[in-house]
Amino acid sequence: MKLALREKTDQTAKLLFRMTGLMVIAILADIFFMLLWNTVAFFLKVKPWDFISGTQWNPSGNPANYGILPLLVSTSLVTLGAMCIAIPLGIGTASFLSDYAGRKLKSVLKPTIEMLASIPSVAIGFLGIVVLGPGIARITGQSNGLNALNGAALLAIMSLPTIITVAQDALEGVPNAYKEASYSVGANRWQTLLQVTIPAASPGILAAVMLGVGRAMGETMTVLMATGNASAFPKGFFHSVRTMTATIAIEMGEVPYQTTHYYALFAIAAVLFLMTLLVNIVGEHFVNKYRKYQAA
Amino acid sequence: MSKTHIKLSATAAKLWFGNKQVLKSVNVAFPQNKITALIGPSGCGKSTLLRCFNRMHDLSADVMIEGDFLLEDQTLYNGKLSATEVRRRIGMVFQQANPFPKSIYDNINYGLQINNIPKDQRPGIIENALKESYIWDEVKDDLQKPATRLSGGQQQRLCIARAVALRPEVILMDEPCSALDPISTAKIEELILRLKKDYTIVIVTHNMQQAQRIADQTIFMYLGEIIESGNTKQIFKKPVNELTKNYVKGHFG
Repeated sequence: MKLALREKTDQTAKLLFRMTGLMVIAILADIFFMLLWNTVAFFLKVKPWDFISGTQWNPSGNPANYGILPLLVSTSLVTLGAMCIAIPLGIGTASFLSDYAGRKLKSVLKPTIEMLASIPSVAIGFLGIVVLGPGIARITGQSNGLNALNGAALLAIMSLPTIITVAQDALEGVPNAYKEASYSVGANRWQTLLQVTIPAASPGILAAVMLGVGRAMGETMTVLMATGNASAFPKGFFHSVRTMTATIAIEMGEVPYQTTHYYALFAIAAVLFLMTLLVNIVGEHFVNKYRKYQAA
Repeated sequence: MSKTHIKLSATAAKLWFGNKQVLKSVNVAFPQNKITALIGPSGCGKSTLLRCFNRMHDLSADVMIEGDFLLEDQTLYNGKLSATEVRRRIGMVFQQANPFPKSIYDNINYGLQINNIPKDQRPGIIENALKESYIWDEVKDDLQKPATRLSGGQQQRLCIARAVALRPEVILMDEPCSALDPISTAKIEELILRLKKDYTIVIVTHNMQQAQRIADQTIFMYLGEIIESGNTKQIFKKPVNELTKNYVKGHFG
């Protein structure tokens, strides 16, 4: 009797976990198909090429314009700027933590950096409006500092914890034997780091950068608050931009259900999804390329 | 032995890992152009002593070293010599072959470039080092091949080539054959014997036969101290100390 009961519990548990597992996959598939469905609905009305290459985003105009090139450029600009700041800082910090910092300093720095990741994006956006924005405005002599540079700097801060943590793990994962070999031919720390440790850790560092890029491209709230959201075609880092994510967030709440505009927002999300996918594929390609020298 | 020129030596060498004393006042001298074998059971401090001579312990925290370490008459620590200079003049071959994850060519080129050897001289030096290490014939057709694709024995000979390319004065070898098969081991031993005419060699080994085959002088260590040192033949045939006798006869270790 007791044995039968235990068997039954086991069976039930197995069923339960199988269901939860399948449910997650089903939800993901649902999201994907919803995205695809709405995107297709949009492309039945607007040609994909017009959508991608159109230089004007004005869905409420007459006639309405659904060109996302300005949004694409905005997102790219902000992401590029963020990475220009975050990659050197991130790899530098990771190198310092893994090869230079003493044990005590490390035990303070590491949790502090990880804590940076837990700051809500709204708070960082707020920082952009009240601190960074006025600062940039003063330096550049503009009326306000809500522009691509502001967004890029904030996104850099937000992607730093990810980049640092992953890159540090990669650097610390480099076998000691490589470092010893380098020191044994008379290399100093800097030479060893630059020419042996970082190249050996490059797949991991690249993964770190890719995660950072993904984080920066998908981030919404911060850029929404800090970049000014002007829908004009972006002219550079010192001009207001409007990213893809911000556009979706701003307009989704107001758009009438199942209109062309509504479908268009889904199409933007699909393009964003494709971009992150591309970033990952490119990253994976380089990771494999470097692995060639590492297979024992 | 007494008239031979001493290349490398340590006097009253002591070393602690944290609170644990690993070397207890070691006095040792390595004569020029000779092969000296360091033998002793695991954990006796052979490798630790070896690594003192090219300042490899500098890299780990919690290590304290005392005593005088001399290359010729220059002190290795706290003297005019920098750690990088010491390591260039005293090369090392490790227990596990550790080529860089680069090509064969770049593995040797790395050290040359680090030490600012003019670019036009490098290809010649690399070829020469590979020839000296008896690996040239096996790799000459594809120097751009990743070094990690070589066999274990080839990798170890490449590591020796990497060391000799810099023309060090001393080569330290930390159980260079322990991960290799008998054929690769024989090749490396032959190589070590040939290198003797140009370099002073110190080799840590667990293999008694190896010590007898290649070493001129043998030093037996136990629990962080040198128990007995002398001519290899004497150490193996007529050891004075009871511990040495038991060890070389294989009663413990």
